[in-house]
Formats: sequence, structure tokens, C-alpha cells
Amino acid sequence: MSVDVYVLDTGAANLASMVAALRRADARPTVGLDAERAKDARAVVLPGVGAFGPAAAQLQRSGLDDVLRRRIERDAPTLAVCLGLQLLGRASAESRGARGIGAFDLRAERFSSGVRTPHLGWSPIRAEPNCELLDSGWAAFAHSYRLTEAPVGWTAAWCERGERFIAALERGAVLACQFHPELSGDLGARLLARWLERAARSVSPTCPKQGAVVRAAGGVR
Amino acid sequence: MSPSAGLRPTVRIVPCLDVRDGRVVKGVRFRELVDAGDPVELAARYAADGADELCLLDISATLRGREPDTALVSRVRTVLNVPLLVGGGVRSQTQARALFDAGADKVALNSAAVVNPGLIDALAARYGCQSVVLALDARRSPRTGSGFEHVARSGSEDTARDAVDFAAEAERRGVGEVIATSVDRDGTGAGFELELLAALRAALRVPLIASGGGRSTSDFVAAAKAGADALLAASLFHFGRQTVSGLKTALARRGVSLRPLDKQGERP
Repeated sequence: MSVDVYVLDTGAANLASMVAALRRADARPTVGLDAERAKDARAVVLPGVGAFGPAAAQLQRSGLDDVLRRRIERDAPTLAVCLGLQLLGRASAESRGARGIGAFDLRAERFSSGVRTPHLGWSPIRAEPNCELLDSGWAAFAHSYRLTEAPVGWTAAWCERGERFIAALERGAVLACQFHPELSGDLGARLLARWLERAARSVSPTCPKQGAVVRAAGGVR
Repeated sequence: MSPSAGLRPTVRIVPCLDVRDGRVVKGVRFRELVDAGDPVELAARYAADGADELCLLDISATLRGREPDTALVSRVRTVLNVPLLVGGGVRSQTQARALFDAGADKVALNSAAVVNPGLIDALAARYGCQSVVLALDARRSPRTGSGFEHVARSGSEDTARDAVDFAAEAERRGVGEVIATSVDRDGTGAGFELELLAALRAALRVPLIASGGGRSTSDFVAAAKAGADALLAASLFHFGRQTVSGLKTALARRGVSLRPLDKQGERP
């Protein structure tokens, strides 16, 4: 089944890479920044290149911070990538004062001194054994900030570069990757396929019956 | 394993497609260009064969004052599942935006970094430093402190700037990576310019892509030892002297830490 995916255009670069990867995985991506559509979409992608502060401000302006927090609370199919993962947290050392979505209470910090940044390129990741979506293998990274612990209730994949940090987190149909699945070759393609499969199986975020009634009533809202 | 294992990611192998009028071309020292194939076909082939990243350089955009070829970037993006670095003729934020929108993950600045260095600051602020790359063309020169001079406009214009100082300034302004191309070595197969790499490695914190002259396995091993984080090659792959997978296998045997060739179920 081909899944409709709403890809959030937060003004970040490399949306096209995500859109192309979703198409290769047989999904139907559309791009936009509409909070209502993001609320009702079967699957949402929060892509992730850019700086924390401007991206967080953009999400707040468009009302997407609330929508994303609620989607994640109910484990609705949501994929956050790179900066997207960091935006799910409370804050980041990259942009002091800026507020994240707050789906979990963690703050992204810069890599320790002595670790060359940005971390650009391929590194091995190791998925915890109870991961349902994530797998161990090689993943493509491009970042200077990272999380070093997993929030309670989430399952993680880890990467190591002088220090252990979060490569990805999953909980239900929510997947948050510090690496770029859309650029991670076969590992990324397999991960996207599993997430889309999971999204196809999950119940539509708005009750399907209610959705049908709304449509029958001519989209009264 | 070296003592720094874990601090540096694995060394990336980056095939480079120099494109003119929609075709991949390659010459020697930026001259005598010959046709080397279709960019989309080569991109797909190299990625499937284990390329860690692909570099797409529009070598005619600056010289002919043309807009970067975004349609080509889109076509390559459609088939490519590894990072895509795009450069050539990028002079404005609008052009960079168009390349990102078309599917570039990183945009490289070359001539524009000389004329308008503020463009680096602007792009790094908007897209993050990991998305902004300096494409540094350098040649040996007695006129500069490092012994290397920065060359602009596809190798056609000496700037009299010390190449290492120039790269350091670009890093301060926000580039997250530097492609160091030796104009003297490019296309010759005479080996990478190791002195240039070592000088840049000593001066810069950001990742360094070695470019120009790599042919033998030993050339690539030496560049990695000189501090390159990624190794770029064009003629070597285009003209069938070596395959990406062949080079990676040979380098792994020589102890270079690389992403293994992608096989179903492979574990790190």
C-alpha cells in the first residue's frame, strides 16, 4: 500500500532528498507547512537541515509545534530527521533561548571538544535489541549537536565517536533519526520501508469513521 | 586501529562528476576535456557500487555566466540514495536555494567565495555549516607563505591569495567542509598533493576532501594519512581504471577505515 506522507517545509535544505527517498520507497509525499494537514495526515516527516532557533520559531509560528507534540503523544506515524530529532526535545545549545517541541525533556549539546565537527559522513550505528524499526548498520550523518541519553519510554540506536550519542529513537510509529535515512543507502531505504509499512498499518490519526462523516458532510469544519 | 578511531568517521570515497552541457567530462589540469558519460547513469552506478557520497560540479556555469543546472540535480537526486554535493557557478543565495530545492544536500562555493565572501556567512546561517562547502582550487606558487595559491574561475584566474589562509577564512565564516583540489595534479594520476592536504589539515578543523591526482591505491592511502576525511576521484572511475568497490576493497586491505560495501544484513 502506498502511503500519503506530509513533508513539512520548515525552510530547511534537502527536502528534495527526503521527497526522492520517499518516492523510491513507493510513498506519495506532498510538501507543505499547514498545521491542519499535518494533524490529519497519515504520516508526517519533519526533515532536518538548518539551525535550531529559526526552525523552532517556524514551527511555533505555523502552530506545528502543538500538532507534532500531540502526534507524538499518541504515537502517530511521524519521522523526524537530524535537526528534526533535536527539535523534539526541549532546547539546544545551538540556539540559546529557543524552545523545542518538548516531546521529551532533553537538550541537544555540542560534541565534546576534541571530536571533529561537523560529524559529516558514515558511522556505524547499533540498535538496541528491542527496536522494531531500527537496525544496526552504517548511516550517513551531518551534525554538530547531539543527545547523549534516550528519553524514558523510547528505544534507541547508538553511535560512538569518542563518546556515545543517540543515532536514533523510536516509540510506536514515531521514529527520530540523528542520521539521514534518506541518504543512508540501503540501510536508510530499508528503514524508510519499515516505517512506511508501520504507518500503513496504524490507525488514521483522526478517527476514520469521523473522517468519513466530515467528507460526506462536504468538509464542514 | 589508530588512536583517533571513533573520533573521525570513516573515510568517504567520493566520485566526482564534472558536468558541461549536461554531460560528464574530464580533462587534465582542467583542460582538454573529453566526454565521460551520462551523469544520471554514472551517479546510479557509482552509488550502487559503494560510493559514500557524490560530487556534481557544473564546470561551465561560472565561465559562461550561466545559472546552475537545477534540472540535472533533480534527475540525479531521483536515483541517488547517498549525500549529494553540488557546486559550480553558485553566486547568490537564490541560486543556492534552487540547488537545495532540486536535491543538493551540500552546496559548494568557489569563485563566489572570492568575490562575495559574505555569501558563506549567509548560507551557513540559513542552512547550517554542514551544508556549505568551499571548493578550493589551488596550485603551487612561490608567491604565498604556504606555497599554494588559490585559483578561481575553473582554474583560469590566479588570485594571489594564499590557499591555506583563504580556506581558514572560509572556515571562520562558516563552511563546514573544504574540497582541496590541486590544479597541478587534477586528471594527471600523479597522486594527491599531499603537502597541500597536510597544510590545510593543520590549519582547519572542518572535514577535508582530497581532490586531484589520485590513481593508485597508495595515493589514496597517503591522502587519508595526510588527514583527508574524504577522497575524491573522477578520471579514475570514469575511464574504467578502477571501480568504487575495487578501490574500497583495496583500501580496506591497507587498513583504511571505510564504510563496508553495502550488503544485506551487514553489521558494523
